[in-house]
Order: sequence, then C-alpha cells, then structure tokens
Amino acid sequence: MSRLLLLRVVATLTIVLGVNYVVWRWLESVNWSAWWIAVPLVLAETYSVVDVTLFGLTMWRARTRPAPPAPGPGLTVDVFVTTYDEPVDLVLRTAEAARDLRYPHRTWVLDDGARPELAAAAADAGVGYLVRTADWEGRNRHAKAGNLNNALFQTDGEFLVVLDADQIPDPELLHRTLGYFSDPQVALVQTPQYFTNVPEADPLGSQAPLFYGPIQQGKDGWNAAFFCGSNAVLRREALMQLGLVGYVRATDQAVREALRASRTVLARARRRADDPRVAAAVDEVSSAARSSLALLDAGEPLADVTYAFQRRVDEVSAAVVGTDVAAMRADLEAIGAWPVETDSELGAPVVDEEALARLTDREWSPLGALASVQALVRAVDVDRADEAQPVMPVATLSVTEDMATAMRLHALGWRTVYHHERLAHGLAPEDLGTMITQRLRWAQGTMQVFLQENPLRVPGLRFGQRLMYLATMWSYLSGFAAVVYLAAPIIFLCFGVLPVTAWTWDFFARFLPFQLASQVLFLVAARGIRTWRGQQYSLALFPVWIRATWTAAANVWFGRPLGFAVTPKVRQDGRGSWRLVLPQLVAMGALVVAAVVGIARWGLGYAPWVGTWVNLLWVAYDLVVLSVIVQALRYRGYTGAERMG
Amino acid sequence: MEIETDLRADAAVLRPAGRLTMVTAGELRARIDETVAGGHRVVVLDLADTTFMDSSGLGALVGGLRATRVAGGDLRLACAGAQVRTVLQLTTMDRVLRPYDTVEDALRAS
Repeated sequence: MSRLLLLRVVATLTIVLGVNYVVWRWLESVNWSAWWIAVPLVLAETYSVVDVTLFGLTMWRARTRPAPPAPGPGLTVDVFVTTYDEPVDLVLRTAEAARDLRYPHRTWVLDDGARPELAAAAADAGVGYLVRTADWEGRNRHAKAGNLNNALFQTDGEFLVVLDADQIPDPELLHRTLGYFSDPQVALVQTPQYFTNVPEADPLGSQAPLFYGPIQQGKDGWNAAFFCGSNAVLRREALMQLGLVGYVRATDQAVREALRASRTVLARARRRADDPRVAAAVDEVSSAARSSLALLDAGEPLADVTYAFQRRVDEVSAAVVGTDVAAMRADLEAIGAWPVETDSELGAPVVDEEALARLTDREWSPLGALASVQALVRAVDVDRADEAQPVMPVATLSVTEDMATAMRLHALGWRTVYHHERLAHGLAPEDLGTMITQRLRWAQGTMQVFLQENPLRVPGLRFGQRLMYLATMWSYLSGFAAVVYLAAPIIFLCFGVLPVTAWTWDFFARFLPFQLASQVLFLVAARGIRTWRGQQYSLALFPVWIRATWTAAANVWFGRPLGFAVTPKVRQDGRGSWRLVLPQLVAMGALVVAAVVGIARWGLGYAPWVGTWVNLLWVAYDLVVLSVIVQALRYRGYTGAERMG
Repeated sequence: MEIETDLRADAAVLRPAGRLTMVTAGELRARIDETVAGGHRVVVLDLADTTFMDSSGLGALVGGLRATRVAGGDLRLACAGAQVRTVLQLTTMDRVLRPYDTVEDALRAS
C-alpha cells in the first residue's frame, strides 16, 4: 500500500499547490488592462487545475485487483462479434477465436451490414449469425447500440461478451473474467483494449496505457470503471433492468413532452377554429391534457394517466359524433314528415343507432380532423411506437453507447470491474484521417452524454462516481484551453501584451512547484508506462475536441446532426491528410514566427528579457507537443515487427 | 376545402376535394344551401376527390339531403371512394343516400 500512500501524498500536494496558484492568479495577477487575453488565460489555467485535481482524485483509490475466483460450471454465455462493414475475413478471424474460447458458450456474428457472404462464412465456421429483425425497418437503427439490443432479444445467455470485429479474444477470456460475477451486484467486467498493429513509437497515439491502466483502476476504486464498447463481459439481467427502467423513463418523458407541447399547438388550433363545435372539442382536449400533466406531476402511474387521457379524448369524440347523429336524425325525420317525392325503394328512412355508433371508431374520429389532436393522442401512449423495440437495454442516447450504459448501471446501484489484463488483441486505425474520425466520435459521444445526462445531476450515483464521470467529460473540454495556451505566448512575443501582471518571483514561486508536483503525480501514477503521447494528443487534437463539443451541443440543444461516420478499419490512402490538421500546422507556423519576432523585439530593447524567455520556453513546449502531428503525417501505416522502434 | 361547382340545366354538380370532416363539413353545408337557394333543387355530390369522411361529413350530406328535399329536389352521391363507401355502409346510411358509380348515373336517376 506504500504506492497508494505515495500517490495520495503527491495528489494532495498537487491539489493544494494548484489551488494556491490559481487563487493567486485570480486575485492578484490578472492583468485586467489586457482582459481579452488575461481572462481567457486564467480561465484556461483554472480548467487545468480542475483537470489535474480530478486526476488526483481518480488516483486516490487506484486499485490493483487480486485475480478473481475461477468461474463455476454451468453459466450460460453469448459472445457477440459486432460488425458493420469490416472485411469478411477479418470478422471471421475474430468469430473463430471467439468460438474457441475455453468456457462453454455460444458465439454470434452481429452483422449490421446483413451481408450474405458473411452469413455463409459464419455458418461454415459453426457460429451463429444475427441481423436486424423486420421491426427495425424504417426506424432509428441506433448504430452499434441498436445492433446489440436487437441481438439481446434473440439470445438468452446469462452473460454476454461484446467484441468489436477486429478484437481477437484470448481463449482464457471467459475463465479470467466470469469469476467476478459470483458477486451478484457485478454487472460489467471491462478488460483493456490493446492494439497489435502499432509500432513502438505509436505515432497516432492509439494505445491508451494511462486509460487502460491507472485511470480505469482509479475509477474502479470508486466503483466507476466504465464500459468501453468492446472486450467486456456484461450481465444480461442488469442490461435488461436498464432497458425496462429506460423504457419507463423514455415513455414518461415523451408523454410529458407531448402534453407540454400540446399547449401551444392546441392554442393555435383553437384560434383557427371557426366552428364553435371544433372550438369546444379543442377546449375539452386542452383541459384533458392539462389535467393529465397535473396527474403525472402528482405521481400517478403513467399507464393510468395515458389510458384516462385516451378515454377522455374518445369521449370528446363520441360527444361530437352524438351531436352529428342527433342532427342527422332530426334531418331525416323532417324529410320523412314532409310529403316529398321519394325513391320508391327507399321507403321511410330507417337509421340503425348501433350502426351510427360505429362513427366513433378511433380511425374515423371527428377529432382526427385536427391534426394536432391526432398527433397528441398518438404521442400520449405507452407503446413507444417510434422505436423498433420498446425496451432498449443498451443506452441509445449517444453515438457511443458504452459510457452512457455504464453510468446508468451505476445509477441503478450495480457494480463494475476493471480487470487489468490483456485478453483481446485488436487493430487500431493506421492513418490520420481514420484516427481523427474515431477520436471525434468518442469525444462527441462523451459530450452528448455530458449534456444530456450530466453526471453531477443523475439521481442514484454516489459522489465519487459523479466525480469520475465528470473527470472523463471534463478532459474533452481541453480544446478550448489549448487554444489559449497557444495564443497567449504568440500575443506576448509579437505585441508585448502581458496576460499576467508580471513575470516575477511571486509568479514562479507559485507556478513552478505546482507544475513540478503535477508532473510527479503523473510519473507516480503511470508507474513507468509512457504517457507522453497521450499528453501530446490531448493538446494537439484541440480542433477535434472543439468540434466535438460544438457539434454535440448543436445536436443536443438544436437537434442538428453530428455528421457522424462509422470508423473504417481498413487503411485508406493518406494523401492530402495535412488538410485534416491545418489548424495545428497554422499554429506551429505562428509559434515559430512569434519566436523570431519576440527575439527581435528583445534584441531591439522593446521587450524585457524575463518575459521573452518565459514565453520562448512556452513556445518551445507548445512546438514539442504539436510535433506529434508531424510524426502522424509522416506515418505510413504499420509495416510489422521488424521495423519496430 | 375546395368545392368545384358545375351548374347544369337539370342539376348542380358539386365536387368537394379533400377531407370532409368536422372542420370542413360546414363549408359544404353552406355551399349546398346556396345552390338550393339559387334555384337548383337537384344537387349531385361528386365525391371522387373526397378522401375521407367522418360523422360531421356524413351529417353535412344528410343536412344537404334535407335542404334539397324541403325545396322539392334531391341530393345524390356519385363516385364515392372506398372510405366514404365504408362509412355509408357501416352506418347503413347507404339506404338513405345511395352512392352512384358516376355523375351521369346519379343524374339519370331522377
């Protein structure tokens, strides 16, 4: 436990020094006369202090689990290999390895591409093959989450394994993980993702040794290790519970939204109603909607409220039909009473009351004439008719199903496990374009969850779990801070504008110890694994993080599409990929120019030497970080082990 | 709703287009009344373009029947589509308002 103690000492030190620094920055050293750069800089620094604080808290409970007990016999397991458009032989290689797992199980290829050649290959390999049922036609497919949800209702194992098409499992995968489920509260065991087609230098930052290691172990300590989409084992019962709770919540939300929205549409219908009968019907429906909403707020069961609402609308409809029928009868009696020429076979008009009652049939309801009412009636129901399956166990609220699913499991009180052992070997993107698309998708998914189900407010989570989810989401906001960190030294070197009041002893005495402590914290936490790539990319991919935040916000708040693409696994021609990193290249150019200008200004006596040298060091640091982009551009794909290092 | 009017020597042919419902039935009733007031006692409703009818629509037809009969004329239906025919049959109103296949058939019936 001495390592944990050391971690806690360093984490405490880092947090105390960080708070000390940032408080001094806010209170004593913001250069308000240049607020337009001074305020963004102090905000960016505050962001970083919060970030490192959350990292320190993650490490506070970093746990290395002992090996789990061996699983008992007789557990039923379904192994899912998910695919959309990956090459058949790649999918098959994974499916065969999945088939050969030692613990008894069934293996399924979940083919969202519904390719006949893959179906045939799966049959030859002796594994199951599943495609979407007819219910999904014309409805939202929800990408991979939909694929998994579809398969969950066509299989019945107590446990399920999720594998991406390129993640080849180790034969021991189930033997090493199923034992954790002897704790009935455990819903998920996540194992690391490791990539075999990555050279030692890892120019694209594919391996995530800090995440699939100290960070997940730290989250695990807070019971907040989360699902990462592949290489994980899940308990079906937990997912199903999630689906049912989600169904109730989604239905409740949809009904409330429909009832709330009905106020404005019904008011509009009311204004347009020339006919007093139409107006009266709209008034009736409005009052029904109002009282339904009040009943829901009072905690009445959804089923009762929606049923009562439907009945009220039917009654309103029946009343309209009733007055129509009464008028018809009066008309017919009037004709019958008048000596008029009638068709000989017609005779006296006889109208069957029972037959007329058929006019109240919902399909013919006179309220159907009011489109707004019709849409409302359809929405205030519990059948979730817009979805292929009313129950969606795997969360569909985000383009990345994994984190949202885990957070909901935690909110329901389930436990999760991070098992730190490579039990599957996968393939990482080999070109910059694919890598950027993938990171963008992860970041968008995370921000979508953040904006829709804020971990600080989701009921049911423990405080530590809230912080752990916040830590991951917070880290994706780094793009904005990065822009400030790139811009501030350029602005000083070129124009002499100071964001801080002075580069004095006061500054260094607070800044340097904090920086030193946080670097030591990383060093102790990383335990010798190399985390530099990750640090570089968290700054160097700033345009990706900004775009992800921007598009996720536009999607969540304004319903704009994300421009989402499935990550291709096959290498594409990398020509012209410099366009993908144009902002970074421009930033590098600007940094170099600023350095030259800064030196010239100092040489000519326009700038003080301390500020100049501090900013030159800063520029150098930025350039070293961004240099990873050049390495990534020069990378031509994995060429095998002999050229490693 | 749009109602095309074709005034002939022996009858007026009205052609309502769209859904004949609580919202639009009043317009058709008013048009029939105008037509009758204008001296056309026999009114043929060409329902080829009427896609849907509810109880209020049916009420307008019966009301129109009454108005024409009171004036000593008649109201006849022609070219009704599947939904309108179903409503007429299920409510047994087809015994009062017989749907003819064509406008000419309806006119000839007098």
